[in-house]
Amino acid sequence: MIALLKRDLTLAVRAGGGFGLGLAFFLIVIVLVPFGVGPEAEVLARIAPGMLWVAALLAALLSLDRIFALDFEDGSLPLLATSPLPLEGVALMKGVAHWVTTGLPLTIAAPLLGFLLNLSPSAYLWLLGSLALGTPALSMIGTFGAAVTVGLKRGGLLMSLLVLPLYVPTLIFGSEAVRRGAGGFDATIPMLMVAGITLGCFALLPFAAAAALRVNLR
Amino acid sequence: MIPDLGKYAVEVLAAYGVSITLLIGLVLGSVRRSRKVKARLAAVEAAWESTS
Amino acid sequence: MSIWEYANPKKFIATTTPLVPWLLWGAIAILTVGLIWGFFFTPDDVRQGSTVKIFYLHVPSAMMAINVWIMMLIASLVWLVRRHHVSALAAKAAAPIGIVMTLIALFTGAVWGQPMWGTWWAWDPRLTSFLILFLFYLGYTALWAAIEDPDTAADLTSVLCIVGSVFAVLSRYAVNFWNQGLHQPASLSLDKEENVADVFWYPALVCIAGFVLLFVALVLMRTASEIRLRRMRALEARMRS
Repeated sequence: MIALLKRDLTLAVRAGGGFGLGLAFFLIVIVLVPFGVGPEAEVLARIAPGMLWVAALLAALLSLDRIFALDFEDGSLPLLATSPLPLEGVALMKGVAHWVTTGLPLTIAAPLLGFLLNLSPSAYLWLLGSLALGTPALSMIGTFGAAVTVGLKRGGLLMSLLVLPLYVPTLIFGSEAVRRGAGGFDATIPMLMVAGITLGCFALLPFAAAAALRVNLR
Repeated sequence: MIPDLGKYAVEVLAAYGVSITLLIGLVLGSVRRSRKVKARLAAVEAAWESTS
Repeated sequence: MSIWEYANPKKFIATTTPLVPWLLWGAIAILTVGLIWGFFFTPDDVRQGSTVKIFYLHVPSAMMAINVWIMMLIASLVWLVRRHHVSALAAKAAAPIGIVMTLIALFTGAVWGQPMWGTWWAWDPRLTSFLILFLFYLGYTALWAAIEDPDTAADLTSVLCIVGSVFAVLSRYAVNFWNQGLHQPASLSLDKEENVADVFWYPALVCIAGFVLLFVALVLMRTASEIRLRRMRALEARMRS
């Protein structure tokens, strides 16, 4: 499993696309927001928690179709399926690799982009925390979506349609935590909910993703 | 004939109109599709009988 | 005599074909009675005026929007466990009906909300949950449409339906947490104390029965169509080879 994770990470770094693209997309969306809603600092501060979360979510969505597509095209996915490693483990590792290459950089970059949107100082810790806890769930849900659509020719658009509704609970609790943090309240409850969703996703979704992969490899 | 709906007549009539149109559309669509599929299957089955 | 006998497509078609016209006309008759009763022969509510008449469309369609999804979930589980094609095709046949029910519930809700709350749309938990449910229906039907091989499509949509159900329930609670909302609590709970007055309740019951019957008739008819379509494709494939 560790070897698979290492291989995926090396591939992602060598190819270069995954890392930079998601981050650049995140940056661009956040830069576009003030153009759309106007430069008043109070307005930006009000919408900053939600915009940061929505932008991070879209940036995570961007690289999902690469999770299985490359392995599917060059034929290494059937090899992985016949290896002694259970397919559930493969799915789990793919999710982890996706998180390390997109979720983690997004989490680290988010506070910097918070400055651009005039995010209130008390919210930074919660932003960092909720993204760190929530983006793994996004990656795992995305892995499931990628597993369902891996055999399709134009799966990318369909996958967004399938995956985005599944992102709703994570988004609600994640941005709620930041909003409460920005208001100076205690945000432990939404943080715990985000953590719960992430743990639940990692416990259950590898099985669903592996089932979908088996169907697609049949 | 139509009862006095007071100031909400537009809302009530629109709700009924749109809902009933949607329901009728769903029923007609399903019936038409059922007939079409039945006819096409009959044609294909006839062709299958004649070849085998 | 077991219910699984009807998993045989031939037996399913033979049994349901004579039933469907009766069910369909019965549903139309009951719906007509219920809606005419509700529209013409019920008093206006003291506070809500004549908008209370929307109740007879809003509540049954909202109930069906959820129940259709539950039926699809059960059919998906049956398909994954017992591999009966009829089950998978029934889930496929039910999805468009669910979409229409969700649309009716959303539209009547919006039209009712405008005079009562002063807005067409509020990000209220119930309204939002229905919008999310609508998105789930869209994704589900899009996945069916996108995959060519019928068995692969049935498997993947079933998995999606199960995962989607978990997330739909999760979204419901998340949305509740997120906003308290304007919508009144369920007015048709089994606890009689909370219910609406009998004048509104009896025609609503008739409408609910009509909607359920209509769904049963349509789902049987559409499933039969899907079975025929499947057989037709199989025959065509055999003729070509």
